[in-house]
Amino acid sequence: MDLRPIPVDPSDEERRAVDSVLGAPPADRAQPAPETARVLRTQLLPTLLALQNRVGWVSPGGLGYACSRLGLPPAEGYAVASFYALISLGERERSFAHVCDDIACQVAGAPALCAQLERELGPAFQPSHRAEPGQARPPSKAHWGHSPCLGLCEQAPAALVTSARTDGPRAQAFGSASCASIWRALAGDEIQPRPVHLDSSGPRRLLARAGRIDPTSIDAYLAQGGFAALRRAFEIGAEGVQREITASKLVGRGGAAFPTGRKWEAVARAAAEPHFVVCNADESEPGTFKDRVLLEADPFAVLEAMVVAGFATKAGRGYLYLRGEYPRAAAHLELALVKARERGYLGRNILDRGFDFDIELRRGAGAYICGEETALFASIEGYRGEPRTKPPFPVESGLFGKPTAVNNVETLVAALDIVRDGAAAYAAVGTAGSPGTKLFCVSGNIARPGVYEVPFGTKLRALLGLAGGIPGGRKLQAILLGGAAGSFVGANQLDLELSFEGARQASATLGSGVVFVLDDSVELAPLLQRIAAFFRDESCGQCVPCRVGTVRQEELLGRLTRGISLGSFEQEGNLFAELSQAMRDASICGLGQTASSAIESALKLFQPFSRKTP
Amino acid sequence: MSAQPGDIELQVDGRTVRVTSGATLLDACRAAAIDTPTFCWAENLTPVNVCRICVVELAGARTLVPACSRKAEAGMQVLTDSARVRTSRKLVLELLGSSVDMSLASDFAPLCKRYGAQPERFGPRDTPSDHRDASHAGHHELGNADKAASMAQSVKIDNDLFVRDYSRCMLCYKCVEACGSDAQHTFAIGVAGRGFDARISTELDTPLSDSACVFCGNCVGACPTGALMFKSEHDLRAAGEWDESKQSVTDTICPYCGVGCTLTLRVQANRIVRVTSPSDNSVTAGHLCVKGRFGTAFVADRAPDSGTGQPPT
Repeated sequence: MDLRPIPVDPSDEERRAVDSVLGAPPADRAQPAPETARVLRTQLLPTLLALQNRVGWVSPGGLGYACSRLGLPPAEGYAVASFYALISLGERERSFAHVCDDIACQVAGAPALCAQLERELGPAFQPSHRAEPGQARPPSKAHWGHSPCLGLCEQAPAALVTSARTDGPRAQAFGSASCASIWRALAGDEIQPRPVHLDSSGPRRLLARAGRIDPTSIDAYLAQGGFAALRRAFEIGAEGVQREITASKLVGRGGAAFPTGRKWEAVARAAAEPHFVVCNADESEPGTFKDRVLLEADPFAVLEAMVVAGFATKAGRGYLYLRGEYPRAAAHLELALVKARERGYLGRNILDRGFDFDIELRRGAGAYICGEETALFASIEGYRGEPRTKPPFPVESGLFGKPTAVNNVETLVAALDIVRDGAAAYAAVGTAGSPGTKLFCVSGNIARPGVYEVPFGTKLRALLGLAGGIPGGRKLQAILLGGAAGSFVGANQLDLELSFEGARQASATLGSGVVFVLDDSVELAPLLQRIAAFFRDESCGQCVPCRVGTVRQEELLGRLTRGISLGSFEQEGNLFAELSQAMRDASICGLGQTASSAIESALKLFQPFSRKTP
Repeated sequence: MSAQPGDIELQVDGRTVRVTSGATLLDACRAAAIDTPTFCWAENLTPVNVCRICVVELAGARTLVPACSRKAEAGMQVLTDSARVRTSRKLVLELLGSSVDMSLASDFAPLCKRYGAQPERFGPRDTPSDHRDASHAGHHELGNADKAASMAQSVKIDNDLFVRDYSRCMLCYKCVEACGSDAQHTFAIGVAGRGFDARISTELDTPLSDSACVFCGNCVGACPTGALMFKSEHDLRAAGEWDESKQSVTDTICPYCGVGCTLTLRVQANRIVRVTSPSDNSVTAGHLCVKGRFGTAFVADRAPDSGTGQPPT
């Protein structure tokens, strides 16, 4: 293949940004050989992010230079760059505020905040635009834009302010956002983060250290039993670890609830080499922030768990894929990686046991779909974050087509206790079907929003009680359980047992642990509209049922909200029923398959539009 | 038929079907003479399974599965005309029909009839927009909910050989595959953007003539909806003169190099209006180069008849 470069030179700043990832260019300016280009491709997203973070946007010159350094056709570089919301292909203000208007923030006043920003900072970033063929989109003077869930739901409304700087970019995410704090952050001030509220009933395992130790100190981690699980893993051997994890009945905490033991056993057994471990820290499900808390407050535990997983699955390399909207977690993880390597917990011959394992931190760039495991692999590999068809499953053909154990952050941290204390001790709390504890992200109209660790089997009522109940003498209207891909439960379902079997019994799902509480003052229609908009925005666009179905779903809700309809309300109801069935049945991945589940449950439970039937 | 080693036996609509190892459920359906619709599948391209029109119901699977790429396994029980399959196929047709101009996709209208699809159930198609090419991933502005958002946009005419009418694009990825690793290895186009704003694009929507495009036209050959079209055909259609009843189709061998590619020439009024190659041809697998695809104008390059202005017959 002959590459035809983009005929625009990069600026010096752009050159330096790209070189900061790829190193100085070779003296002969030769294009990389095709074999090298395949390896280099995995550096595409880090390179694009370097341009974005240091220059403020990915210009034609920057994109062209990145592609020629990577030996990549510009059309492919553009295809990937245009996939991510945090990458701008038009010139933009160097300091830019991403203001969350997703469900938790919507309920906490984001619409009013956005209206005030419009007045005081000017109009929001315009996502749809016209550009001349071959040219970048016209420069935008906007200081801020709308964002999906930033994972700061317990302190909604939230904002993420990024400042592109050559000498190292800055980003800060903060809650309780106001026009004033956003303005200060844009001006370069540091906004002090509010500590997250953490609580538990029963044993504190996942939250044993979070909020109690200095997350930047490896000694503090060691003093609290850090790396004991890894030592124990070396004692009982890879098969011993697999045995304990399987016996513990641990299942994935990201939403899909797949048995972790089976996954690890399958990867360990797989004949193809090498094996990989991937930590899925792309937490982006609206209302979810538990993984953020673990990553920020207990980063060494996440790394230790990845090493244990690597040992158990006979992998030599791990990737931690962190969503781009978590700057504090990124800083803590980067520091933890350095310190863990220094002390011999990562790298060659870990703890003198002849086991080599290292971890690479990868940042997402604003794409919920990259939390889908196969889309996540594609993103790491330097392709668009489009899910692949399964089978083959990741345990057989995952990252780079190799056997891969991909686990959610909370799942990995839960595995530490199981390995250290054994499956039997782990099952001391919880139910027979769901042993152990679970993190719940409680937000919305609740006295003490935060992350709660409770034993499986806890009643929903008890969890709400632990979080202080609904403030202001209001009555409970509904709870969104499991996230935007979960379902609404009504006030009469507070006896629901928070366990996988309990949720199933109530035709609900624990999903990613979202417990989003709505009192009777909240209007459901705009909330459902926001959920529909979320799925439309975040669909990768690959398959017809999801690409077009999420649009039709949003339009349908839009009609109902405005009190208009195509035909009768009954016809719209039938249309929705068939649409949601086809999306559930025929979409490639979980995004399309669950894009209508919360809306469907709300329509069943509350008939929020019934009074507006034309 | 006697069982061969490696043969797989499965049930399709209650019938026993035997296929060889590596065959897909689509192969199994075809072996059983069950008409299974496809849009994004092609025998000369890697299956991308994105259009989802071929979904079938597989016993034990939570969702429907794409027949085109799901490998057949022994003992599978497959339904191809269940209520679930019919609903999904109907909705795929309606979602496509409400967002894309499918009028030149030959199977589309008969399939709509077969599955009772009525794309207009989702409202009238929205007016054209030329903002797609620079749309930013993620957040969007809420459109008119009483209109169905669509791909409608202006035709891209930036060269003399073929046009790109993305109002007709159903994003089947065939052109990208034909341009890329399945045939041409030119990589001039990719799928850019995300979600409903996803689009086939060169880098920065650069005109084809300034892109890596080598004008082999293999994308045109692969396009199932007429989104990519010979300029000659486009112009005749625009003038209302495209008339398939007055066209002849002739297979011949390319006059240029020694490879010997089969050309299928479509001729109207003694002019070649479209050149393809059969996708099952052992030499071309349906793919040509710029010369065979577009270099045949000289055949008609004779002085027009002085009296009528028409080319001599």
